[in-house]
Amino acid sequence: MNLATLLASDLPYWAQSLLRVLGGLVAVLLPAGTVVYLFLFKMMSFMQSRLGPMEAGPQGSMQLFAEVGKWLQKEDIYPARADKFIFKLAPLIVLASTFLLVVVVPFGPDALFTDFESGVFYALAVSSVSVLGILIAGWASANKYSLLGGLRAAGQLIAYELPMVLAVVGVVIQAGTMNLQQIVVAQNAGSMFGFSSLGNPYVLTQFVGFIVFMIAVQAELTQTPFDMPIAESELVSGYMTEYSGFRFLIFFIGEFATAGVFSMIASVLFLGGWAVPFSWFGWTSIDSIDNWMNVVGPLILFTKMLAVVFFIMWVRFSYPRFREDQLQKFAWKVLIPVSLANIMVTAILKVAF
Amino acid sequence: MMFASDVLVAQNIGFAIIAAIMVIGALRVVTTSNVVHAALWLVVVLAGAAAQYVLLAAEFVAITQVLVYIGAVMVLFLFGTMLTRARIGAESDLNNKNWFFGIPVAVALFVAMAIALDSGFGSQKMPANPSVATTQQISDQIFGPYLLPFWALSFVLLAAVVGAIVLARRD
Repeated sequence: MNLATLLASDLPYWAQSLLRVLGGLVAVLLPAGTVVYLFLFKMMSFMQSRLGPMEAGPQGSMQLFAEVGKWLQKEDIYPARADKFIFKLAPLIVLASTFLLVVVVPFGPDALFTDFESGVFYALAVSSVSVLGILIAGWASANKYSLLGGLRAAGQLIAYELPMVLAVVGVVIQAGTMNLQQIVVAQNAGSMFGFSSLGNPYVLTQFVGFIVFMIAVQAELTQTPFDMPIAESELVSGYMTEYSGFRFLIFFIGEFATAGVFSMIASVLFLGGWAVPFSWFGWTSIDSIDNWMNVVGPLILFTKMLAVVFFIMWVRFSYPRFREDQLQKFAWKVLIPVSLANIMVTAILKVAF
Repeated sequence: MMFASDVLVAQNIGFAIIAAIMVIGALRVVTTSNVVHAALWLVVVLAGAAAQYVLLAAEFVAITQVLVYIGAVMVLFLFGTMLTRARIGAESDLNNKNWFFGIPVAVALFVAMAIALDSGFGSQKMPANPSVATTQQISDQIFGPYLLPFWALSFVLLAAVVGAIVLARRD
């Protein structure tokens, strides 16, 4: 993905925009496909002592294309009493929120869609838009299980958005900026106690924030300990009950693409993002980074993303579901106080040093 | 050229398109016969306001608009209506019979705000290449000259929180 060197040259505006759109598609669909194949198909199967898909392609690696082909062929069904326009609109809102989210993720020194001054804040804001899509998906289906799923989802996503925002504040205080690219630079140009060969990834200093952030991400993605909204033993499939074929595919892509994008944001905020510690190659600032990092950087970020998704999926396949009251209590009585304490400690240490 | 050289043509066209969408959305909020549709039209209006802030190079305010109004207020609003009464299809009894009192209130509010904005900012112009206000500048303003209004607003929020607790606790 040598997007940046292309964009840096004198391309007309329409060509730059086209490249950005294509880059966005790659940045959303590639992680989604990889996550579904590697973790949902293969890792889940191995954890359950089975092989998983084996027929389509080597080791079943083409299975996802077969599934997509199957979904696309299905009849476009909606319930007779559904609110048709909103029923069709809802999955698009969820997917749009994912695409809006990916534009602030930096992939390399120049490989970025936009160098956004308040990038973290933007990411948290647009990720909350998907709640709207889920809520109206549940309502428009004209099905009480769907509606219950939608309401549960809204309650859960609102409750876990707060600890997520508060966990990020610690990183923002430490980096002194809300620009994701600057946060990457601050981590890799920094040093710990004068020891600079590791940089200063915030997962070490902001470990509490990282744990809170990852729990909140798990809940925002409605992955298993937090999958009350789609609890299959009570609600059939929650807000997705009435969706089939192409529209279900959009929800499905949205779920795993958002998992990928959130993991990229977690890597950028806590694990050093696309960069390696600058002292390895004698770089001093973002301007002195060699151009090949625009190619290697996305690969490094992708690897870190896979590692983060691995943990999300590991938890998903291992733990039973929270009850609704446990879920709300955990957010309001544990995560929010912990992250507030983290902010206070970080702020005090920032001023002290 | 039919415009003076200091008129920002692209910004004005953008403003007009977004403003037209907002006006249509606002009218549909009060004319549609379904509560959830009304709420969704309100989302269109609020998103339009966020887009106008982007045109004014106030990205922080635009993001705050999305986070607070679309991500939180409208979601709570929809949550509340769906929990209590949100049927699919048209409802006939949504209009209050005193609805026309709203018109003079709306007109008075519009005139008051128009006068206030015109007397406050009427002579100012957008620069051709506006510099985006950084988050730091905004926080310097809020925690500097506007600290007292900021504190006053947080007391309003505190009062709302206390009120919510009083309503929710029945002991």
